[in-house]
Amino acid sequence: MPMTSTTDPVGEEAAPINTEHLIRARRERILSWVMPIVTICLAIAAWEWAVRHYEIPHYLIPAPSLIAETLVKDGPSLMVSAWFTVKLTFMSLALAIIGGVLLGALFALSRPIEMSLFPFAVILQVTPVVAIAPLILIYVDSTFAALLICAWIVAFFPILSGTVMGLRSADHNLRDLFTLYRATPWQRLRYLLAPSALPYFMSALKVAGGLSLIGAVVAEFVAGAAGQNTGLASRIIESSFRSEIPRMFAALVLVSALGIVIFLMTTWLSRRVLGHWHESEIRRDT
Amino acid sequence: MTGAPIITMDRVQKRFGRDVLAVESMSLTINQGDFVSFLGPSGCGKSTALKMIAGLLPLTAGTITITPPDRKSEQDLAFVFQEPTLMPWATVEDNVYLPLRLAGVNRQQAAPRVQRALVDVGLSKFAGSYPRALSGGMKMRVSIARAMVTQPRILLMDEPFAALDEMTRTKLNDDVVRLAATHGLTVVFVTHSVFESVYLSNRVVVMAARPGRVAAELTLETPWPRTDDYRISAEFSQECRRVSDTLKGTLDANDIDH
Repeated sequence: MPMTSTTDPVGEEAAPINTEHLIRARRERILSWVMPIVTICLAIAAWEWAVRHYEIPHYLIPAPSLIAETLVKDGPSLMVSAWFTVKLTFMSLALAIIGGVLLGALFALSRPIEMSLFPFAVILQVTPVVAIAPLILIYVDSTFAALLICAWIVAFFPILSGTVMGLRSADHNLRDLFTLYRATPWQRLRYLLAPSALPYFMSALKVAGGLSLIGAVVAEFVAGAAGQNTGLASRIIESSFRSEIPRMFAALVLVSALGIVIFLMTTWLSRRVLGHWHESEIRRDT
Repeated sequence: MTGAPIITMDRVQKRFGRDVLAVESMSLTINQGDFVSFLGPSGCGKSTALKMIAGLLPLTAGTITITPPDRKSEQDLAFVFQEPTLMPWATVEDNVYLPLRLAGVNRQQAAPRVQRALVDVGLSKFAGSYPRALSGGMKMRVSIARAMVTQPRILLMDEPFAALDEMTRTKLNDDVVRLAATHGLTVVFVTHSVFESVYLSNRVVVMAARPGRVAAELTLETPWPRTDDYRISAEFSQECRRVSDTLKGTLDANDIDH
């Protein structure tokens, strides 16, 4: 890189652009994608190499290539299970959003309702779902519905508390302004409370997205012993009974992939919704 | 320049809880076209008094009458807070549109009024910007444009420029005087700056703290609206001295060290 001169004899020409800075910024942007991919590939390669080199039997730790092979071979049946888990996860998340937002709005509107109902929400939250699941499975006929309830319990609470906190977080002066202009309750909700709550809701959604998958998997584990359903988690248990370790890994890969997809979706949504104004999602130019 | 009474405060009292007497007993008449400053140290109840005029705080005792009493629309009275108090998720244009939107005016009908309000504060080029992209002074201008968009009769301002730098503050002071003069506004302006109160107002209400009360009412005879030259005139210095002495008197009487 040639050094730029500090004195400009003409004085009217634009100063030379700091190309080095631009190149560095672009390199960083590319690296932010390349680095994680390269590291993951290296880790997988090291795994493959270690398994082959030390001749680890596949029923202890299967090589990545064998897992991939199993994924292809058992693909159709695993996909059926994956679809079951996807359905369970997203339905529970959707119900958690609906329930959490409605109840949260109710709580934010009325203190007495919050005071009376909040203990129930807390009890649901603090009791481990594994402990409640067997009961739910007994009381609810449909296994899918029972699993849905379990996953919902886990995902619901963050949405509720995020919504309540968000609706309460509106700036006090802005509240006064809405009072001054005699805003109707609906206008207040639509133009002030809901936008103020959005950042809290989005961060709750990120947590709840992950939790709904955890809830679905845990519920399946509990129910899976009864062998009545075909989600990914029950495939893991089933394979473990049969000591089919590669298939356990294959199912695990799919569960992880689902988790990653949910994470990416909620992150994208959050950026989409908040990116133009909220500190948490604004990209600062350097 | 001033006309009939527009805001009448009669023995207004405000208590917070049992112990805190924020405003002891305040009686004051503000006339149409007045530019009144509430001047005093922190804790003297000047902001509380302003919020009570706005109807944002209930009175403990006394009455505040705004004439004519039946406010036909909500748009009669506007308030500018100490912070710009903008909605960070909305553009400058949408922030200014808010009072009209709440009054049920649709976007198309409101557009020319919003545009005019933005032109008035010199921000028409920033209609599409988000507040975070603006400087502190520009945000305050948006806040003023939002207050002006409903063409109110009364403008209440709660230390609006306290957080701004000297140059921005001077400029905004000029803007407020110009807006008040052209629109025939009645302004109540809360400040703790003697210079600001002397430059802006034709009446200064000096308030004392603990409990908050009116310590003195001064009338400033200098013709209004004033121009920038006034700031460097001997008359300005004299008036500042007079107001400052009054303020000091109330502080000494209260035996508070500042």
